[in-house]
Amino acid sequence: MSRPVLEMRKITKSFPGVKALAGVDLEVGAGEIHALCGENGAGKSTLMKVLSGVHPHGSYEGEILLDGEPVAFRDINASERRGVVIIHQELALIPHLSLAENIFLGNEQARRGVIDWRATLRDATRLLRRVGLPDLPQTRVSDIGVGKQQLVEIAKALSKEVKLLILDEPTAALNDEDSEHLLRLILELRAQGIACIVISHKLNEIRRIADRVTILRDGRSVETLPVRETPDAEPQIAEDRIIRGMVGRDLEHRFPERTPYTGADAGEVALEVSGWTVRHPLDHQRKVVDDVSLEVRRGEIVGVAGLMGAGRTELAMSVFGRSYGVYDGGSVAVNGREVRTRSVPEAIGHGIAYVTEDRKTYGLNLIDSVNRNISLTSLPSLAARGVVDEHRERQIAEGYRKSMNIKTPDVFEQVQRLSGGNQQKVVLSKWIHTGPEVLILDEPTRGIDVGAKFEIYSVIEQLAAEGKAVLFISSELPELLGMCDRIYTMAAGRLTGEIDRAEATQEVLMRHMTMDRN
Amino acid sequence: MTNETRTPPTSPGRSRSVVDVLRDAVRDNMRQYGMLVALGLIVVLFQIWTGGTLLLPNNVSNLIQQNSYILILAMGMMIVIIAGHIDLSVGSVAAFVGALSAVMMVKHDMPWVAALVVSLVIGALAGAWHGFWIAYVGIPSFIVTLAGMLLFRGATQIVLEGESVGPFPHGFQQMAQGFIPEMGPYTQYHNPTLLLGALVIVVVLVQQWRDRRSQLAYELEPLPFNIWVVKCVAIVAAVVAVTLTLASYRGVPVVLLILCALLIGLGFVMRNTVTGRHVYALGGNKAAAKLSGVKDKRVTFLVFVNMGTLAALAGCVYAARLDAATPQAGLMFELEAIAAAFIGGASMSGGVGKVMGAVIGGLVLGVLNNGMSLVGIGTDYQQVIKGLVLLAAVGFDVWNKRRAGS
Repeated sequence: MSRPVLEMRKITKSFPGVKALAGVDLEVGAGEIHALCGENGAGKSTLMKVLSGVHPHGSYEGEILLDGEPVAFRDINASERRGVVIIHQELALIPHLSLAENIFLGNEQARRGVIDWRATLRDATRLLRRVGLPDLPQTRVSDIGVGKQQLVEIAKALSKEVKLLILDEPTAALNDEDSEHLLRLILELRAQGIACIVISHKLNEIRRIADRVTILRDGRSVETLPVRETPDAEPQIAEDRIIRGMVGRDLEHRFPERTPYTGADAGEVALEVSGWTVRHPLDHQRKVVDDVSLEVRRGEIVGVAGLMGAGRTELAMSVFGRSYGVYDGGSVAVNGREVRTRSVPEAIGHGIAYVTEDRKTYGLNLIDSVNRNISLTSLPSLAARGVVDEHRERQIAEGYRKSMNIKTPDVFEQVQRLSGGNQQKVVLSKWIHTGPEVLILDEPTRGIDVGAKFEIYSVIEQLAAEGKAVLFISSELPELLGMCDRIYTMAAGRLTGEIDRAEATQEVLMRHMTMDRN
Repeated sequence: MTNETRTPPTSPGRSRSVVDVLRDAVRDNMRQYGMLVALGLIVVLFQIWTGGTLLLPNNVSNLIQQNSYILILAMGMMIVIIAGHIDLSVGSVAAFVGALSAVMMVKHDMPWVAALVVSLVIGALAGAWHGFWIAYVGIPSFIVTLAGMLLFRGATQIVLEGESVGPFPHGFQQMAQGFIPEMGPYTQYHNPTLLLGALVIVVVLVQQWRDRRSQLAYELEPLPFNIWVVKCVAIVAAVVAVTLTLASYRGVPVVLLILCALLIGLGFVMRNTVTGRHVYALGGNKAAAKLSGVKDKRVTFLVFVNMGTLAALAGCVYAARLDAATPQAGLMFELEAIAAAFIGGASMSGGVGKVMGAVIGGLVLGVLNNGMSLVGIGTDYQQVIKGLVLLAAVGFDVWNKRRAGS
């Protein structure tokens, strides 16, 4: 093991009422890719905020050594000057500025306050090449995709003479191709001697690139495990081993047992979508969803697999009250009867519920309380002549808090103070309470830790066991394989396959997901 | 995504201690309690500084009457801001409607009740005009109402032909200047006011009791009994104090009845009705609200119709108080109303605030105005001080949130 570039010793950080970190140790070798794993709330982000000076020196206990020398960062600028650069999960680029301007934002190539455009463009071009971006430095950030934006962030970090790069869930929003590109770039940077800390939920990525992994649990560093001996060696650690460290127990059953629905109407088609076609909201020439037909029976969990841009979310949102794009034909039937779903209230009225993939933007009113978020979709049913029965509302919220195991001090807590998993339970509660026949779940476990995932799976399983029809959109193939009775695959807006549970494997799904349209 | 967890939940079975309840209440309503305390301090300060003049019964009545129109506007503005919008046109709309009412009553001899009703309808139409462009066309409210501010100011001058129009029928004047009439035998106090105060106390206590019963019926955890009793006693004491003060002068000003009706009515709508909840949801997260089935366009439209109607009412009250409609009426009212709403706990990004907060914010400004005038501070310095108060109130909130967040 090479000389450590970073040592964090006995880091303890408290917030009012919570101890977020309790004596965490972390050591990163020079030119090492070090993964940081842990459930949500384990303290990963807090640890990185301590390291990067977001939580300044003095607000925590313990010591930080860079290249063997103790450091005390007052703010982010101080840590960046020492070559520690953090790239947050939410990208911090300014959409209306060019790539070059973004790369040198706050670090402008200027002489006495006047920008030297030649140097800016020249250096930006050099940095963009280094991260493998062919785009011109004058391109606006809003004109390139999320995957490329992530690379621009790295170019920005490189412009600051970075020694230690911290990436917080770098591939969370990327498709497979962009993720692959990014991972390769991280490996290249290692070859150039830049150490890297990667926070990730994706264990396969950790196995692919990391040298070592440190696991945090409940604000403590549980263990540091070697992933591979040399940079080129095969990984020697199993995903289950990492999971065991994260949850502190063996997760033998990552998915709950299925109980088949045995009602009299079992097997009847609850949702039938025929010939559904949607055009892009701005580019009307483009069909984002093209002639899709599918059906979901009562008590069935049906998966929808597809790469980013395959049109899964667009299909779901469009069926749900035409919330996306321009409708261009197709029909929806619930329980065998064709229904109009031209607006969200109509869709809800016909027993369709849609749980969004992006709970913070489309699912929750973050500044409002748990109980008001749960009741929002079903207020009319809680009201007599337009007046809401507040006590009944609170009682319902208390009910879901118990049945869904929502961890919150009380139901009046602001939703933004809950962890991701508990927020997702609030979203699910809110839709379950509308009493739907059909639930469309769009990435229901995105950004949620392993323990909470199992709870969400159990809720989904139970909904199916009660005879609801569930359409389950997910990018995580193991999750689809573990939960679904059938899986549809989509590519480029079209349905490319319908695969039974018995025949489905990751390989088969991936083959259908990458099928060319023809 | 944040990785911080919250403290583990208290077990639901265990009842919370008195301290917990109070701490939670203060934490959740820091801004409102903060402003209420600030209002109290300002009142005490000027009470001492003016040698007791501030809270003399006649000054209290005066205070209510001279701030009534701003309070009316502030309540509507609070709702607009909660919905995530702003309305810069209310001063001009108030002036315009005041002018029309004057023309109807003075030049066309229309009965004042009819004129008032027509005025309110016109205000609603002005609000619908704004609401249409904002909700259905999608133009930002700042721009639509800025246009409205110019448009209705000009229209006011056109209607009045640059002159003041008045005076008004007695009944119309009474709306802003009058008191409810004295009845019954001579006591030291104003009889109907005492009666009204007693009625309010009974209604409040019954309401509190029923609320508590209903919470128990739903097996929810109500306030601990002793705190509940303290709360009731505090409410009764406040009502008694206000009642006695007003009853020892000429009784309850008519406009106070209007204000109370609006406060209770709008407060109820915002807290307890589906539409009110939808306003909060829209302001808090419009995208999520739409995907939850909230009819965003209709709700936004209604918010502006409500604002227009309230602006019309404020315009009539102001005209009635001056006993004339003038081309300069309502200048800067929109800014006073916006300031009151922000002092009272509104947030620039929408989704938070209470109608009661707007009233508290309006009273802070009103007491400052009144108190400073009584001690002889000129309007120049008054403006400076009010500006600083607005900044301090919102600054306190920002600071407090940051402290809670880190």
